Amino acid sequence: MSAISLYFKAILSGVKSTRNGMALTWKHAWSARKSRNIQQVQDPEYFSAGENTGIFTLEYPHEKIPVPVNGRYQLHNEMDDCIVCDKCVKVCPVDCIEIDPIKATGLVGHTSDGSPIRLYAAKFDIDMSKCCFCGLCTTVCPTECLTMTSEYDFSVFDVKEHTFGFANLSPEQADEKRQLYEQFVAEKEAMKASASVSVEALENKEGDEKPVAKPAFKPSFKPKMPIAKIEESIPPVVENPATEPEKPAAKPAFKPSFKPKIPPKTQDDHE
Amino acid sequence: MWIALLICLVLISLNVVVGVYVERKLSAFMQDRLGPTEVGKWGLLQVFADLLKLLQKEDIVPFAAQRKLFLAAPWIIFLSIFGAFSVIPLSSGVWLQGSQTEMGLMLLMGIISLDTLGILLAGWTSNNKYSLLGAIRSAAQLVSYEIPLGLSILSVVILSSSLNLQEIAGQQGIFAEGEQYLFGIKYTGIEVGSMGGILTWNVVRMPFLFFLFIVFFIASLAEANRAPFDIPEAESELVGGFHTEYSGMRWALLFLSEYGIMLLVSILGVILFWGAWYSPFPNIGRFVLADWTNGTPGTLLGTALGFFWLMMKSYILIALQMWVRWTLPRLRVDQLMYLSWKVLTPIALFFVAISSVWSLLK
Repeated sequence: MSAISLYFKAILSGVKSTRNGMALTWKHAWSARKSRNIQQVQDPEYFSAGENTGIFTLEYPHEKIPVPVNGRYQLHNEMDDCIVCDKCVKVCPVDCIEIDPIKATGLVGHTSDGSPIRLYAAKFDIDMSKCCFCGLCTTVCPTECLTMTSEYDFSVFDVKEHTFGFANLSPEQADEKRQLYEQFVAEKEAMKASASVSVEALENKEGDEKPVAKPAFKPSFKPKMPIAKIEESIPPVVENPATEPEKPAAKPAFKPSFKPKIPPKTQDDHE
Repeated sequence: MWIALLICLVLISLNVVVGVYVERKLSAFMQDRLGPTEVGKWGLLQVFADLLKLLQKEDIVPFAAQRKLFLAAPWIIFLSIFGAFSVIPLSSGVWLQGSQTEMGLMLLMGIISLDTLGILLAGWTSNNKYSLLGAIRSAAQLVSYEIPLGLSILSVVILSSSLNLQEIAGQQGIFAEGEQYLFGIKYTGIEVGSMGGILTWNVVRMPFLFFLFIVFFIASLAEANRAPFDIPEAESELVGGFHTEYSGMRWALLFLSEYGIMLLVSILGVILFWGAWYSPFPNIGRFVLADWTNGTPGTLLGTALGFFWLMMKSYILIALQMWVRWTLPRLRVDQLMYLSWKVLTPIALFFVAISSVWSLLK
């Protein structure tokens, strides 16, 4: 008796579960007439379906979910506003930004916030395949020209294409600027040499070219700039050797004193 | 006869195109997806893109396979299904029925069972463990489910007193001879033979045939290797089941057969239970809807209308098959056998007994 009733109960439960299952799929097929509204995860209704039923699919390239305004995606540098201060390079934890600066012979121009531009960038490359999207470079940028955009779909076929160049100088222009600067230095050196030879002894302490790059922001170094430049010009006949020693020396000297000095620097710059 | 052959060939080919597209879209909607959207408007050309891809693919024969049998197996499967269409009346009249043999239904069951041979051959000659397992499962499944399928067909045959499918079809509407009463009970005194429409369909003439139709439908799902009875293919455990080793157009042929048998069992179900090629509208007073929507048998219009109604009803059944497929999970082998031998066969036997008694009382 119990076996028989079990048998019929099993059939009944089979029929019932089939009916329920069919009803469920029918419900979904019926609500597939419309698509779901795009919800941000902040939405309180996000995890409860509620009234928001229908097709889930987002036809990606054709439609996109809006990204948060403070999202960190692809980097963009507005070259016209860049003063080539090199701060982003120094702060970058993964060294994905590479800048090849050329000193200008004078004031190049002003950024949109009024900061003076004294350097050209022959190269301003950001390798997005190395980037860890920490956003530190955008926080240190004094002119806020380096920003993280909302563009997140920049996949490429070759990893080399992930290096985005922002420099606005063509190689020819860059060479021209370099030559102009060399010429300028040479002229100045000639002038100084004729004026006084005795100053050289003093400058041996400073030795490096590096102080030159920094002083742009450091008021205390400013008076020494012209003198340093003279020094520098003696060894470098070619440009590259001059810039190369700059880097290794720059970081160790810069780091320990970096943090405490920031507030005064920025104030000075703005003034 | 030649017309029927050509039409059946075109029908099977079109069916696979329509079936694949509808199945993709339907399954997508049931799962809150969109399905194909990119190729053509609403993804309509997706199936053709896939067919072009299949055409270009290499027809690979495994080194260890028994080459000749391996190559022949898909043809056996396809021909056994295509052959079954020869006795199917696709409309009223004689144009759209390949063979008007009196033994039509018997012949059809015989030809369909050759399908088992093809599947077993395909799996065995592939020399692949998954293929062989799929083939063995398939053979066991098809042999088991032919019993409830045969019994449910038998009930209809008992009530119709004919094995000729065209005659079984013709009984279910206004072109039938003799008087018919509502629900097949003379006592009601409501004569429906002249009204036709849904009132003279087999499921209404003998209401208990509805339960038999469910038995038939479940068994036909198993015959067509459709989910939830797709253990011969069971892609999550057996890769592709018996057709694991097939590729390119030979695989497409197997696919064609799979959708072909879906159409075949749907048409068969419609012919046996749901009024064949008759329209569902009865004659009501001066609104002779049945006369208007059925035309005259033998004329071009009548044939076209019959074909239209048959296809409409068949595709509703195909949609139902798809609905079931995307709802129910696959049965285990023991559950499969349990359902066939312990549930469907007793129910079918019970209803065969009832139909026998019913036909005596009529």
